[in-house]
Amino acid sequence: MPSALKHTLFILAPLVIVLAVLPGVYQNHLLLFNFVIFLVLAQGVNIIYGFTGYLPFGYVGFFGAGAYGFAIMVMHLQAPALLAVLAAGVVGILLGLLLTPLLRLSGAYFAIANLAASLAVLHLVANPALESITKGPYGVSLTGTFNPNSAYMAAVVVLALTVAAVVYLKNSSFGLALQAVREDSVSAAMAGVNVVKMRVLAWLASALVAGLAGGIYAWYVSVFYPDNVFSGEFSIFAIVFALFGGVATITGPIVGVIILYGIYNLIGFTTPQYFQLIYGLLIMGLVLFLPAGLVSLATRRGWHVP
Amino acid sequence: MLTYALVAGVLFGLYFSLVGIGLNLVFGVMRIVNLAHGDVLMLGAFIALGVVTLAGIDPLFAVPLAFIVFLLAGLLLYWVLVPRLQGSVNPEMLSIILFFGLSQVIEAITTIFAGTSERSIQSRLLGTVFSTIKVKWFGGKPGPAGPVQIFGQGFPAPWVIAAVTSLVAIGLVYLYLYRSRLGTLTRAVMSRRDEALATGIDVDRVSAAAFGIGLGLAAVAGVFAPFMFGSVTPAFGADATVTSFAIVVLGSLGNPLGTALGGVVYGVCYMLVQTYLSSWADLLPYVLLILILLLRPSGLLGRQVRVA
Repeated sequence: MPSALKHTLFILAPLVIVLAVLPGVYQNHLLLFNFVIFLVLAQGVNIIYGFTGYLPFGYVGFFGAGAYGFAIMVMHLQAPALLAVLAAGVVGILLGLLLTPLLRLSGAYFAIANLAASLAVLHLVANPALESITKGPYGVSLTGTFNPNSAYMAAVVVLALTVAAVVYLKNSSFGLALQAVREDSVSAAMAGVNVVKMRVLAWLASALVAGLAGGIYAWYVSVFYPDNVFSGEFSIFAIVFALFGGVATITGPIVGVIILYGIYNLIGFTTPQYFQLIYGLLIMGLVLFLPAGLVSLATRRGWHVP
Repeated sequence: MLTYALVAGVLFGLYFSLVGIGLNLVFGVMRIVNLAHGDVLMLGAFIALGVVTLAGIDPLFAVPLAFIVFLLAGLLLYWVLVPRLQGSVNPEMLSIILFFGLSQVIEAITTIFAGTSERSIQSRLLGTVFSTIKVKWFGGKPGPAGPVQIFGQGFPAPWVIAAVTSLVAIGLVYLYLYRSRLGTLTRAVMSRRDEALATGIDVDRVSAAAFGIGLGLAAVAGVFAPFMFGSVTPAFGADATVTSFAIVVLGSLGNPLGTALGGVVYGVCYMLVQTYLSSWADLLPYVLLILILLLRPSGLLGRQVRVA
């Protein structure tokens, strides 16, 4: 069996089926929805950070822009929710295109510039001077399209597409070329890899994913403020979840989300500061002792982790 | 109005330089992005609070205290964290995440002990030491110092005191870097880490010193934070970190003295936008940061350009 098919059958399909069935047996719908959103975001970070090495510290910019793209389509054009979600994806791609010059920066410079870009989008959306378009800092209310069940299913579909994209990257020459660029862009270019095109494609794919997730998030919660959808926690959580499991793998980010977001929901709501403490210590321990994520426990023993 | 905005911008800018300079020193020497910088600032503000509430003296006394405490804390932290980090595959990237974890830990511990309420210090307490000396030596009657007059406009005394302290601190950093032996070694490590190591410089010792001084300077800047920003909360750190980055990148990453220029440019721009286009003022630092990174990634005073 080719490994792409194996990955689809044994990772993608079970994950999607379990998540599609769970709302029928488990009551806390919002919790499940948040799990799906974080799975999507962690895999989005995986696409850009795991395969190209660019750390998107302002990843939430695409997510928030997607949410507002959805809101504007619904508020001003009375678009149906599904169309508005697609528009949110387009907004994500457009913002990604606008920010492609940032790919010229490397290392920490890219991370900082990306963070600044996400904050710039936040302050643009939250600007009282643009109240007629975005409702500024006062938040939007989209009760007309409120439909948590459909939004949940849409999120599962987006998750399936995202994981499929990662399966493709893991099993295609495109993914290999990206990883070659990550390791040494000059050598990759000499081997005939179109470095710029590769990076831009991965960047736009990860922007699209976050934009779609943002649009679906807006659909699900229906009432939100700029600070909610541009909260830095989305970027940080997505990055830490992906890293904790191990990037440039299919299973790593999934494992990371299930373990860390699980812990968050066990203790994070009642005593947020203690969660923050544990979480901070966990991150530090991770970087110092397990920089390649949980999967490296297995790879060190010579086991192959998809 | 224009004069007011310009002078206030310079005063704030000098203070902003002090906010950013520690971050830049750490990045320049170790290529480590200290995302916990803002949290050290926040802790410095809490030291000032402690000095005022426990001892009831001028918060200016918190300046040397904060510096020494965080110099030592920085040395300790360096030996715990950095050598392990430097041994990993991609230290620059992982440092962002490591120090993000540290900032979470600091914020959580501060919240557990101090709560989330906003803390502020009465601004007339800052600088009381000067008026006391004036009364003791030259006579006159004690009273709160009024606003300071510059070009016929009145500015709050704490702004001026913070700006002067920042100038002194930047001057001391200059003396350290260009007039002391350890400073010369520091500059050697900044320009080429490998070659410095090969020449026999004890890179770890130099880096530890720079790390301690960087944290100490951040804490000193933090002492003035309650006066410059009105109040502080444990969550104040994250915003302070982003602002510091904007300033540092403006001046040029890796060149601590460029930060002084970056701070002043930032302060003046900020005050001008605040005065004339106030609803867009929040956007300024980020747009400025992105533009500078794209158009002149080396910053206003930078030498080398780093592009992918």
